[in-house]
Formats: sequence, structure tokens, C-alpha cells
Amino acid sequence: MTAQLSSGTAACPGCIATPAEPARPIPEDVQIALSLPGIHCSACIATVERELNAHSGVEDARVNLTLKRAMIKAAPNIRAADLIPVLERAGFEAHELDPGALSATQSDKAGRDLLMRLAVAGFASMNVMLLSVSVWSGASDATRDMFHWISAAIALPAIAFSAQPFFSNAWSALRVRRLNMDVPIVLAILLALVTSLWETALSGEHAYFDAALTLTFFLLAGRYLDYRTRAAARSAAEELTALEVPRAIRLVDGTEEEVPVAQLKVGELILVRPGGRMPVDGQIVSGQSELDRSLLTGETLPVFAEQGFEVSAGEVNLTGPLTIRATAVGEDTSLHRMADLVAIAESGRSRYTSLADKAAKLYAPGVHILSALSFVGWYIYSGDIRTALNIAAAVLIITCPCALGLAVPAVTTAASGRLFRKGMLIKHATALERLAEVDTVVFDKTGTLTSGAPELINFGDHSRSDLEVALALAEASAHPLSAALVKAAREAGVQPAKVRDITEVPGYGTEGEYRGQRVRLGRSAWVGGQQDAQTSAWLAVGSDRPVAFRYSDALRPGAQEAVEAFKASGKEVILISGDTQGAVHALAEKLGIESWVAEALPQDKALRIKCLNEEGRNVLMVGDGLNDTAALAAAHVSISPASALDAARVASDIVLLGNDLSPIADACDTAVKATKRIRENFQIATVYNVIAVPLAVAGLATPLIAALAMSTSSITVSLNALRLR
Amino acid sequence: MEVLAYLIPISLLLGGIGLVAFIYTVRSNQYEDPEGDSRRILSDEWDDRPKP
Repeated sequence: MTAQLSSGTAACPGCIATPAEPARPIPEDVQIALSLPGIHCSACIATVERELNAHSGVEDARVNLTLKRAMIKAAPNIRAADLIPVLERAGFEAHELDPGALSATQSDKAGRDLLMRLAVAGFASMNVMLLSVSVWSGASDATRDMFHWISAAIALPAIAFSAQPFFSNAWSALRVRRLNMDVPIVLAILLALVTSLWETALSGEHAYFDAALTLTFFLLAGRYLDYRTRAAARSAAEELTALEVPRAIRLVDGTEEEVPVAQLKVGELILVRPGGRMPVDGQIVSGQSELDRSLLTGETLPVFAEQGFEVSAGEVNLTGPLTIRATAVGEDTSLHRMADLVAIAESGRSRYTSLADKAAKLYAPGVHILSALSFVGWYIYSGDIRTALNIAAAVLIITCPCALGLAVPAVTTAASGRLFRKGMLIKHATALERLAEVDTVVFDKTGTLTSGAPELINFGDHSRSDLEVALALAEASAHPLSAALVKAAREAGVQPAKVRDITEVPGYGTEGEYRGQRVRLGRSAWVGGQQDAQTSAWLAVGSDRPVAFRYSDALRPGAQEAVEAFKASGKEVILISGDTQGAVHALAEKLGIESWVAEALPQDKALRIKCLNEEGRNVLMVGDGLNDTAALAAAHVSISPASALDAARVASDIVLLGNDLSPIADACDTAVKATKRIRENFQIATVYNVIAVPLAVAGLATPLIAALAMSTSSITVSLNALRLR
Repeated sequence: MEVLAYLIPISLLLGGIGLVAFIYTVRSNQYEDPEGDSRRILSDEWDDRPKP
């Protein structure tokens, strides 16, 4: 289910440009992928591989320490569930990954392609530079001509191969009658080659083969850095997706079989165990339970569900097993329809023009006009087309955006690396620039500012004996409220009472017998209490008046710090939630958030963000649920925690990997610094141009000056970017 | 200056060998797991004979 969603709503253009390869037909040997977050040394690799290879049916197991993964080739009857216990016995945490969702990182064709071109450009430029140095240091006449011819023989095929990405980009821009950064690059490379060939044929003094090659090399280096940063983020994001293996249990004539969610059809019976997520929309045929709908609607209170109740894909079954009959599958589910809202909101995001594009818009026409003017000027002045063309080529080469091509990728690589170490994943290329402009922060409540796990708040109100009975009953259930009660009671050192015959009644609670009396812990209506707005579980001992255990949602670590840091830096913080008035108000007061909105529908959230946008504000949206996805996509920039639903992660620019929220405020600072560095880099590149361009226009530039200006500006720009680390 | 007739082809050849070697390493997935490879060298498994 989730894998399908992500491919349907790929939010970043990079993902659309390099689509995941269709899953290869699975041969007799099944590939299993396991995520091993705990491995870190050579002994771990050896142990994992030995344990896996010793398991019968496993043909080959290979650990990748960089990605912390194991790829296993095994006989078809082996499943990941068989191998995970083997590793857990050896002391390694292991999770199954969906190999289908990983395919894009496995065969990293685009990255390999760029690396290859970079290598060829590097090899050729070193050799040509060697020959050029001999020319600059005084080779003359026949020797110089021979050196130039050899340079040409190396440069022409090398550029034909390695500059292809620029050629194709420039062509696609020109075809729609637009200019991008690649147009002047291609023009400079081609003009340099043509004039140099011409000069060489006439035994002229200056040839720019080395300049054309180093230009290609530096620009490819920038492209490769850019690509690597995004590929790393993409593979980590993919791993999050792959961790949710989309399987469901189908009931056929009473027998259970595990099938991929994609194969489910309308009308089939599906069994959803407690803790499982609904794979499809459907109607409950049998069973009673409670449903956690917080990811869809933001409400924290579980909803009671029994036969005939309609369920939507994405809801989590809490207490009892449910059998549902599918009414809508795949793209027709309400989960998917909500995710479609994202696609509509998406168009707003693409309007943002990055700093690099802004620079290109100013730069490309300027360079072309300057070069054309110097050609015309020199042609009128000297009447010699060869001189004029040479000077025009020199102007183009010297102004060529070597440093500009590195200015942005070098900084984003350094900044993304820094944020990654703090647990943030930058998915979108311009996310940092947009993050730097944020002045309003909108938080979702459930699952974002709160951890989504309940916390017992009125522990002290209860008598010791009540607590002992409640603990005994709570321990028999896996319900989140019971788990919170057990945790609180155990921490206080309470021992469970001797309650006999404990049974869990799915959807209602647990009951048992204590000293001849019936005891119950569960829903108010079942136990006999009065339901109020707060989340609570009730305990009744015999015919005594029932008592309430009240809960609130626990704050996520770092939430307080993040909100305070944002307020301290003068940003407005707003809380928008789908939860009830009382719950939202309480949290807003606790965190000191002045403006808050409760009971917001998904459309309301997106609409409010749009209104803020129209007021000219740059909104950062932090959210995790499906009800947030449209808002995440509509915001200027968006962040979602790793625990968020797949669709929400896809819609956001940045994913928070850890549990702690406090890095968000740091990320804003880093983004501001990164943007400052990018601007500095543009200034440095401009300064070099201001010095070198007059020389070129005056006809004083030599290939040596061009090479010096190009390399020093590129190196300065890269070093400036490294200061950010 | 005749020495150039040897030196230039030799320098191109050496550079070319480097390039070919690099392309071979990229093609055979040798940059997939840099961290793991740097640690695998410390393991004494397969020290006596190569992995089949």
C-alpha cells in the first residue's frame, strides 16, 4: 500500500526524473533485504554473514556496512521472518526491507554515469594541462603545433563524452526557447574548441583546449556533488518506505495466506491483527476492537469498532482481531484520495526559483551580450574575423560559471552533511534556501509535538488497592492506555493484585475476578463511568463507584525547546490540529503557543496555510499525519518526523530521523548560514569576473590567465563552502 | 627533443591505464560499500584461500 502511494505521489522532481526501475521478475532465488541498524565493525559483518550463510536455504548473504543492510539470496521457501530470529539470537537488531522499494538505490545508474564522465574529463584535462604547461613555458613553432594537435586529439573525444549532460540540458532549454546556466556553458565549450582548432590549423599561438576541459571537469564535479547529496537523502528516505513491507493476511475459505497488498481485490476478506494497519477501505465482518485514527484525522481518542463499521486504509487496529471485507483497494482508498490532495497543492511549490536560477537569469544573457559586443567591437576595430572570434571565445571562457556551478552544490553538500549528522534528511534541492526564509512555523499536534503515546496524569488520585487491581488487569492487554498504566504503576513500585480469570473483551477492556468480586478496566460505558472529553480508562471493583484513570498525550522530546527557539528567533508559532478543542488548548498553553486552531479538517489546514502564504508569509509546516499532507505540500517548506505516514514523508522537504524535535530550530540557523555562504560564493565568483573580464575584452587574456582565474575561483568557492561544516 | 616521441605516448598510456582501471572499478560495484570494504580487510576470514 505504502509503496504504491509513494510512487504515485513522488514529490521531488528528482524522483520523477529518475523513476524507480520496475521490480525485476523474481527468479527462483528470492532476494531478501534486511536493515541492520546495529552493525558497526568488521566482527559484526563476519558474524552476520556467517550466521546467515549457515542457515539452510540461504545461498549467499552479503552485508553492506555503509547502508547498514544485508542482501540475501535464498531459496523461495525462505522468508525474512525465518532469518530475523537467527540474527536476533546473534545479538543484532534486524528489520525486513521491501526489496521493490529499494531498487532505485541498488542500481545507481545516473551516479555511476556522472562519475565516469568526471573521470574521463579529469584524465583528459590533466594530460592536456601537461602539454599546455610546456607551451606556456616556451615551446614554439613545430613543437607547439604538435602539442596543440595532441591536445585536440585528446580534448575532442573527451568533451564529446563527458560534456553530454550539459549538451542535453542546454538543448532541452533551447527547444522551449529558454535560457539556463547550461546554454552559456555549452556555447563557451564549443566556441573554445572551434577557435582553438582553427588557431591550431593556422599554427596560432593560443589554444584553449585545457580551458574547455577543466571547465567541464569543475562543472561535472559540482553536478556530481549535487547528485550525491540528493542520492544519499533519497536512499535514506527509501529505506524508511521499505521498512513498511506492504503485506496483508487474506482469508480464503477460512485459511490465512499472506499476500502483497497490491494483490487484494474488492470483496475479499482480510484479517487485521491487533497492531496492524488497515490495508484497504472496508467494512468489518466480524470482531470487535478499537481503532487509532490519529494519522488520518489527528484525533487521539481511539474509536470503538464492531461488525458493520466502516474502516479506512491507514487506521490502526488496537485490541482485537478484525475481519474486514474490502470495499475499495489501491488507488480508490480514501487514503489514496487524500494523498491526491498533495498533487494539487504541489504546483505551488514549483513556483519557487532557486538562487542559482536567479543568478542564471541575470548571468546568461549578460555573458552572451558581452561576448557578442566584444566580437562586434573587435571586428569593426581590426577588421579581422579571426582576432574578433578569438577574443569573443576568451570572454566566454573567462566568464564561464565554473565557480557559479560549484557555488550552490558545494554549500548544500556541506550543509546537508551537517544536518544529516544531527538527524535531518534534506530531500529537496532548494529546501535549505526556502527554510532560510521562514517567518511562520505551523505545528501539527498528534504525533508531531506529542509522541502519540498516552501518559497517565492522575496517578496520585488512586488508592493503592485500586492501583494493584488496575495493574493486574492492564498487564493482560496490549492496548496503549493499558501499556501506559502498567508503565506508570511499575515505576511507582506497585505490585499487581492476584486477579483470577482475566479475560480481554476486545473493544471494551479486561475483566477478572478479585476476592470474589468482578473487576473491570476499560471503556466508560462498559465499566459504568461517565465519558468526558478527556482520554480515560475506568476501573470498577465489584459494586464500588468506578474511578477514572486520565491520560494526556506525552510531549515529544525537544518539543518545548523547538517552540521556544522559534519564538526566541522572532518567528510566529501556530498550532493547527484535528483534535478536540480541550486537548489542543491544553497543549498550546503548556508550550506557550498563542495562536491555535482545533478540529481542523485536512482541507482547512491546507487552506489556512494558503491564506498565510497569500499574506506574504513563508510558512514552515511540521506534521506527520495523512491529514497534514496537503498542508505540508502547500507550505513554503515542510518537515515530517520519520514516524510519519509514508505519504506525509513524501510530501515534505525534510525528514526528521530521530525522535527529538529540537534539531528543527538548529536546521533553520544552518539554512540561514548556508544561504549566506551561497550569496558569498556568488560574490566571490563575480569579483573574479570583474578582474578577468576587462582583460579578456581588451584582448589581453591568454589561456594561462583563463586557467588561473578559473581554478582559483573554483577552489576559493569550495573552501568557503567547507567553512560551514 | 626526440625524447618527446617516447615520453608523450608513455604519459598518455600511463594515464590511460589509470582511467581504464577506474572505469573497471566503477563498473564492478567497488564503490558500493566503502565503509564495509575498509573493515573487511581486517577480517582474517578467507586469508588462506580466496572466497569461492
